[in-house]
Amino acid sequence: MYVVIGVLPFIIQNTNFHHVMVIFLIFAAVGEAWNIITGFAGQTSFGHAAFFGIGAYTSSVLFWKFKINPWAGMLAGAVLATVTAAIVSYPAFRLKGHYFAIATLAVAEIIQQLVVSWDYVEGATGISIPVVADGFLNLQFHKSKIPYFIIAYVLFGVVLLISYLVENSKLGYYLKAIRESSDAAEAMGIDHALYKLIAMMISAFLTAIFGSLYAQYILYIDPFMVFSMNISMKIVLLVVLGGIGTIMGPVIGAAILIPLSEYTRILFGGTGKGIDLIIFGMLVVLVACYQPHGIVGMLRRMSLLKVSATKGGGATHAGRNAVS
Amino acid sequence: MLAQVIASGILMGFIYALVAIGLTLTWGVMDIINFAHGEFLMLSMYSAFWMYTLFRTDPLLSLPLEALLIFVLGYVTYKIVIKRVADAPGLTALLATFGLSLVLRNLAQFLWTPNYRFLNQTLVTDKKLAFAGIVLGLPQVVASVGSVIMTLAVFYFVQRTRMGRAIQATALDKATAKLMGINTELVYGVTFGLSGACVGVAGALMSTFYPIHPESGALYSLLAFVIVALGGFGNIKGALQGGIIIGLAEALGGYFLGTQFKYAIVFLIYLLVIQLRPQGLFGW
Repeated sequence: MYVVIGVLPFIIQNTNFHHVMVIFLIFAAVGEAWNIITGFAGQTSFGHAAFFGIGAYTSSVLFWKFKINPWAGMLAGAVLATVTAAIVSYPAFRLKGHYFAIATLAVAEIIQQLVVSWDYVEGATGISIPVVADGFLNLQFHKSKIPYFIIAYVLFGVVLLISYLVENSKLGYYLKAIRESSDAAEAMGIDHALYKLIAMMISAFLTAIFGSLYAQYILYIDPFMVFSMNISMKIVLLVVLGGIGTIMGPVIGAAILIPLSEYTRILFGGTGKGIDLIIFGMLVVLVACYQPHGIVGMLRRMSLLKVSATKGGGATHAGRNAVS
Repeated sequence: MLAQVIASGILMGFIYALVAIGLTLTWGVMDIINFAHGEFLMLSMYSAFWMYTLFRTDPLLSLPLEALLIFVLGYVTYKIVIKRVADAPGLTALLATFGLSLVLRNLAQFLWTPNYRFLNQTLVTDKKLAFAGIVLGLPQVVASVGSVIMTLAVFYFVQRTRMGRAIQATALDKATAKLMGINTELVYGVTFGLSGACVGVAGALMSTFYPIHPESGALYSLLAFVIVALGGFGNIKGALQGGIIIGLAEALGGYFLGTQFKYAIVFLIYLLVIQLRPQGLFGW
């Protein structure tokens, strides 16, 4: 699967397609990051746009105001997002279920509104990242989208690896225990606040990295683009669509959702009448109604049916596919 | 001046509360987050607009029609979409209602353009009420009073009628309610309809002073999420008090810190309250 994604843009030489692939990789990776805190640890976050936006703004502002290399800015953004995640989510972990979800939403909205009225970063106008010479070091490429694709692809691979490592480590087992029953996990001696905090910090760090990459790719950001609830919801939707709590889920979800939204936008968006989003919304409703367990759930049921004749290992089978 | 700000904050609070009560009903009874709630509100506002534009019927007179229309919309939404996702794991229902909100919002944009529309010749337009140095717009006062009446009606319905008690019973324990002979399917449908009727009324009332466009409902549903969580999920009294708190926070925050920060203050209040009462003000 990972190899196929890597080869595709070299087979299909089309700028629109390359654009869709870059956006797909960015959102698949952010979906994986969100999946760590919500899929594994069961803490629904409706506010990941906050980390995405912090990543995008930190690297952009550092580059624009202080000429700091975007790679260093990316790292700075990730660290800042991690610190923010720690500060805001630690007190919020006492909250259960929806109360936590609304708290994350509130945090993201507050940050968005502060940025909107912050003149130093141009407020609602947004930042145009200064165009400099092409090159890996500057993280800007003007002739082709392929270098962006390769960078996104490599970083996405790292995220997949991290997700896999988290899932199959002690941390992953603790997180799933907390998800299933936080009281029982605590009775077993698992410090649930600590592990949720670690999961949230990893998740925020990775999300911010891709926020920076997104900013460097689009070369323009404003608070409504990167901090908006639409970004948070897009992340939630694609993971739920693909299959929450699995490593393949976010990838499959993004592979369906991103091309769908980008291509309907390219095809119908020009009319300005919102036809693209009507079609997109209808498909989302249909999937939710007929595939409530997500696409991975559907595949797993199908493979279970086949595998059960020989061996009852459908779940581990699907798990192994995730990294190959 | 301060009294003026407080008074208008409370007026808006009652309207927010009515929208939030609609949301808290479905959230509390069925554990479903209806992301299309704001779009129901928007559709009610458009329907009031068209009733006025096409038939010269004042929003205050066409109000029962909007309530009925959105009740039916809620009921049908339950039957066609929500029913299928009600028992699905965690966030699937959210996926469905979010998709629905996209469809409704963009359908409105497709049919009626994204332009802002105003009703500026209604029975209450441009009239003012002055009382002890406080001047309030009549549209806001009427909308607020109407919201209070609807809130009381919903409260009475849920507390006192047979159907209302069936809703409460189903919210507590669906399986047992079913065993007791309650038609839980009907209860869910009616709950969704009632939730729609709340925004149906709120939309008609708001159409007299609020711009009508496809995004009209978005801000209200966002605030309603916070109000519902502030008051405790499924709690009507909580939603009412949460609405007033948020209305006041918005008005006072805008007055003291500048309007650009008024919603930041609203969300901050939620975060602070939730630290003291993790289950919301009236949740359990």
